Amino acid sequence: MIRVTIEVNGKKVSKDAPDHTILSVFLRDNLNLTGTHVGCDTSQCGACVVHVDGKSIKSCSTLAVDINGSKVTTIEGLAKEGKMHPMQEAFKKMHGLQCGFCTPGMVMSAIDLLQNKKNPSDSEIREWLEGNICRCTGYQNIVAAVKEAASKM
Amino acid sequence: MASLVGSRVERKEDKRLLTGKGRYTADINISNQTYAAFVRSPHARAKIKKVDTSKALKASGVVSILTGEEIANDKIGGLIAGWAIRSEDGSEMKVPANPPLAKDSANFVGEPIAVVFAESLDEAKAAADLVNVDYKILKGVINTADAMKGETIHEGIDKNLCYDWLLGDRKAVEEAFAKADKIIKVDLINNRCVPNAMEPRACVVDYNTASEEITLYTTSQNPHLSRLIMSAFGGVAPENKLRVVAPDVGGGFGSKINVYNEEIVCSWASKKIERPIKWVAERTESFLTDTHGRDHVTHAELAITNEGKFLAFKNETTANLGAYARVFGTVTPTYLFGPCATGVYIIPAAYTNVKAVYTNTAPVDAYRGAGRPEATYTIERLVEKAAMELGIDRTEIRMRNFPTEFPFKQTLVHTVDSGDYVAGLEKAKQMSDYAGFEERRKKSVANGKLRGIGVSSYFEACGIAPSAVVMSLGCGVGLWESSEVRFNPTGQVSVFTGAHSHGQGHDTTFAQIAADELGISLEAVDVVHGDTDKGTFGMGTYGSRSLAVGGIAIVNACRKIVAKGKRVAAKMLEVSEDEIDFKDGEFVVTKSNKKKTIGEVAFACYLPGSRDSEFKSPLPEGEEPGLIETSFFDPANFSFPAGSHIAEVEIDPETGEVKVEKYTAVDDFGRIVNPLVVEGQVHGGIAQGIGQALHENTEYDETGQLITASYMDYTMPRADNFPEFNLGFTCTHATSNPLGVKGCGEAGAIASPPAIMNAVIDALGGQEISMPATAEKVWKACKVLKKSNSKAA
Repeated sequence: MIRVTIEVNGKKVSKDAPDHTILSVFLRDNLNLTGTHVGCDTSQCGACVVHVDGKSIKSCSTLAVDINGSKVTTIEGLAKEGKMHPMQEAFKKMHGLQCGFCTPGMVMSAIDLLQNKKNPSDSEIREWLEGNICRCTGYQNIVAAVKEAASKM
Repeated sequence: MASLVGSRVERKEDKRLLTGKGRYTADINISNQTYAAFVRSPHARAKIKKVDTSKALKASGVVSILTGEEIANDKIGGLIAGWAIRSEDGSEMKVPANPPLAKDSANFVGEPIAVVFAESLDEAKAAADLVNVDYKILKGVINTADAMKGETIHEGIDKNLCYDWLLGDRKAVEEAFAKADKIIKVDLINNRCVPNAMEPRACVVDYNTASEEITLYTTSQNPHLSRLIMSAFGGVAPENKLRVVAPDVGGGFGSKINVYNEEIVCSWASKKIERPIKWVAERTESFLTDTHGRDHVTHAELAITNEGKFLAFKNETTANLGAYARVFGTVTPTYLFGPCATGVYIIPAAYTNVKAVYTNTAPVDAYRGAGRPEATYTIERLVEKAAMELGIDRTEIRMRNFPTEFPFKQTLVHTVDSGDYVAGLEKAKQMSDYAGFEERRKKSVANGKLRGIGVSSYFEACGIAPSAVVMSLGCGVGLWESSEVRFNPTGQVSVFTGAHSHGQGHDTTFAQIAADELGISLEAVDVVHGDTDKGTFGMGTYGSRSLAVGGIAIVNACRKIVAKGKRVAAKMLEVSEDEIDFKDGEFVVTKSNKKKTIGEVAFACYLPGSRDSEFKSPLPEGEEPGLIETSFFDPANFSFPAGSHIAEVEIDPETGEVKVEKYTAVDDFGRIVNPLVVEGQVHGGIAQGIGQALHENTEYDETGQLITASYMDYTMPRADNFPEFNLGFTCTHATSNPLGVKGCGEAGAIASPPAIMNAVIDALGGQEISMPATAEKVWKACKVLKKSNSKAA
């Protein structure tokens, strides 16, 4: 067992977990933050994307202990005082989700894109989201949602 | 009041899903739960000589290990085929037993043999590795085309043949072929696809030792049907002691129709070990054991005149069922395939012959479109090839063979109630700037690229119905749908549906329908589904049936509510029923304009307390209190969406990369309830079809190992694989339901593979190429093209 001490969605947490615990498991099983999803075991699908110190990472391929001392934001931490983040609002408005399983990772990834590039083109959005797989939407409304969010952020 | 039906209403389910508050099966944990890990066959075909659990049982944290022998001893039934198909010679199809845990033989890689329950997932997996299975490895039958020549997989099933089915008239076809000017032939492979819902399958089971009730949380498209199958065929528990909950489900695409081994095993075991159980598939387990789709080998011919009139069609297909016949496995390549084989055309004579074979691969079942994409791919390749060989424009040849009068009685089975195929294709031509294509082709060629255009005109039959017909065709159950509409005393409405939403947006679209029918706000309606303890029995969601079947049950239940409301309002307003009109949520006396809102009437139906000593019941004599109505809707016919899609691709001959430059889809879904949701369904379907056409390859090696069993090896389409799809709609109302709606969930996946492949083949100068048209295959074809071009020069 090893102690993991991180800040998650603004709250400091400190818990013991087996040494090999990956961040997605730590969030889901130890902190009950089940909004972060796991859709594959090979770091391909991107459903598990969270922010660590402001940057998007795949939490399924990060050891929890490796980010000791970091600040983590998950999908649960985006809404402020009951108001959704502009990216979440845009996904709703543009119908950027269907089953919702890939959505948390997609939203976290898209927010990081806009941190890097304020007004990305269609192809820049599509390229950035290459690490997030969605089986429902054909991506069209996801791209539209990211553009909508870019116009509001 | 403005109609909600037809409006771009944002989805009610989105806030929960966007804020991480969705509740998927893997998110559920039950106190004191054990974790399951399955021991699976590493071999495609093997005899199981012995399963030795002794070492594993001693491992840390192990609670119990169960094998095929124990499940057989407890007389737990296996997985079932839902449709009985008869061969051309009248014999019944041959179906092998499919036990939840294999006892004597393993028939595909990944088939479960035993299961370990332990205190933690790590311990369960570690112990599963210690279960020692002694196999006698046998030569597997892998390849679809050769399956009938292979060793017999299942005892008593000669040639590995499940059935040899015929639809149509061979003699009429041969006579028409004899008179034809030209015969167009194609040999096609419809590639096997893995549905790949993003949420891997999972189940969580809780056995209540006091009530002796099992609660199964599972990733299902049809929880009521799952319960029925597990109870009636599995013998896991009587229906009243088995609750099946499919909470938020992360996509299905057909792969979550079946009741799977793991659900039966964990439900049975939870009662046996008296502990809750959690099992979540790893992605590779999903690849190995989720039902796959397609996998046909087809030879088809179209007899035509020199003017491009179609005379007759024949189709000889071998369909791979995989190792076992599952719920929709046997009907997908027959009644969902054969009747659609002649597409949107008048073809006076036709037949389809399908040999369904068993192989040592994962079972094949319904996958988005189920049979109709395979049918459409075949006829649309033939039509495009016919146009090319006759030198007739590809849209013109289609126009010459479209029916223009509806209802259109097809040669084989369907009477298509409504449609306008000409309008759809005209609109697609205009939206895609079809006329300007040759200019664009020239530009591409000037840049050293190849450019092609492809058309696909399709129709499909969805919302399988009516029950009497589907049962006469061998279905084990009628395909109606149910709804219960509960008007609460204080004015909100709960709409229970037997359909299931796993991305389709029923919380919103079904609420739109109910709110319009009842004249109340969208916010006052809650749609409830996915729990056998809530609402009436229903058949679930697949085959684009939810709206055209389930949505109509909601309409009918709402109309019963209004009918009762009218009787009660008449009594309250002291007039006769026929003096009252119901409009925008109000019962209005036409003459006096006196009225009661539906909320007031609902409140009165529950007989609220009154201090009036002279209290008179608002209910007419003999009327029961309460305002709850149920409807079971069994439509008179399928619904028949149709349309034309036009794809344009550019190929880089140096790399073989195919870029989809333009994609135009024009669809007729009848009346559209929510354009936002419908467009989303079309986008997703097109993407899956393009995935099949260009990217997705399910590859078994000669020993039956699935070598594309992860996202490292199986190409899932990504955002940068697609252009922006250009969508248009035409509208002819369905006549088989009161809303005039048609299914929209599968159309994109049905129409797009032939549109893309026709475009690729056009770019390659007519060279045949099989799906998926990967860069490697296309690059090779470009080399051939270059050679033949330089020879010609």
